[in-house]
Amino acid sequence: MNPGDSLSTKTFTITRADLVAYAEASGDHNPIHQDEDVARSVGLPGVIAHGMYTLALVGRAVAEWTDGAEVVDLGAKFTSPVVVPAEGGADVVVAGTVKSVADGLVTLALEVTCGGQKVLGMPKAVVREATIRA
Amino acid sequence: MPVDPSLVGREFPAPAPLTVTPERVSAFAAAVGHPGDAGSAVPPTFPIVLAFDAMQAFLDAEQIDLHRIVHGEQRFAYVRPLVPGDELTATLTVTGLRQIGGADIIATSSEIADATGAVVCTGRATLVHSAGGAA
Repeated sequence: MNPGDSLSTKTFTITRADLVAYAEASGDHNPIHQDEDVARSVGLPGVIAHGMYTLALVGRAVAEWTDGAEVVDLGAKFTSPVVVPAEGGADVVVAGTVKSVADGLVTLALEVTCGGQKVLGMPKAVVREATIRA
Repeated sequence: MPVDPSLVGREFPAPAPLTVTPERVSAFAAAVGHPGDAGSAVPPTFPIVLAFDAMQAFLDAEQIDLHRIVHGEQRFAYVRPLVPGDELTATLTVTGLRQIGGADIIATSSEIADATGAVVCTGRATLVHSAGGAA
């Protein structure tokens, strides 16, 4: 990977069933991720994905791009909710380029959107260069 | 009701250690579609399971309802990758607290350590607490 390289854009669909499976696997049973009425009662537009689900999709894209390289840093601000409808799902698009390569670490610049709107603020992923197998 | 400002600096441990078993990793990886062999590839956001337990301990102690919390930011810094067999503990520290427009913005840092006590990962989270009432 070299600075400026574009990585193949990934599109992942999140469904309500995914949120149920994620709640079980992660222990985060916050009802705003399952129940329309609770979500609306706290001012949300509807059931939203766990922010950590969206961040996990970034982790998934990074793993696919690097064939499972060691991640050193991963994070983002959850700036806009990903609303997941009861039918169908929400498509999250993860685009990335190689921002810099220094001291054995590769920093990726990311843009994560849903319906054309950015859902993560200042997303960041750094992987160890020597562990990239892709 | 706003969150008590004297919370800053207080520590909240997760109630129990968590063993990174292939079953847990596999369920987590399946839920988010993470690629690779669940026997070895632990998704990088997996430590949230422990960080969440520590956060829940904090919310319980302060009688804050989980459904009034929205996750504002999460960043992980990893010392080493997690591997199946790791036995992890987590301790959350409240690092900052401010109010914006009737919401509490709670900054936290959770250290996740292995059975030897070595830190494997630090998670920094911002939790947005809407006190509610009229809503």
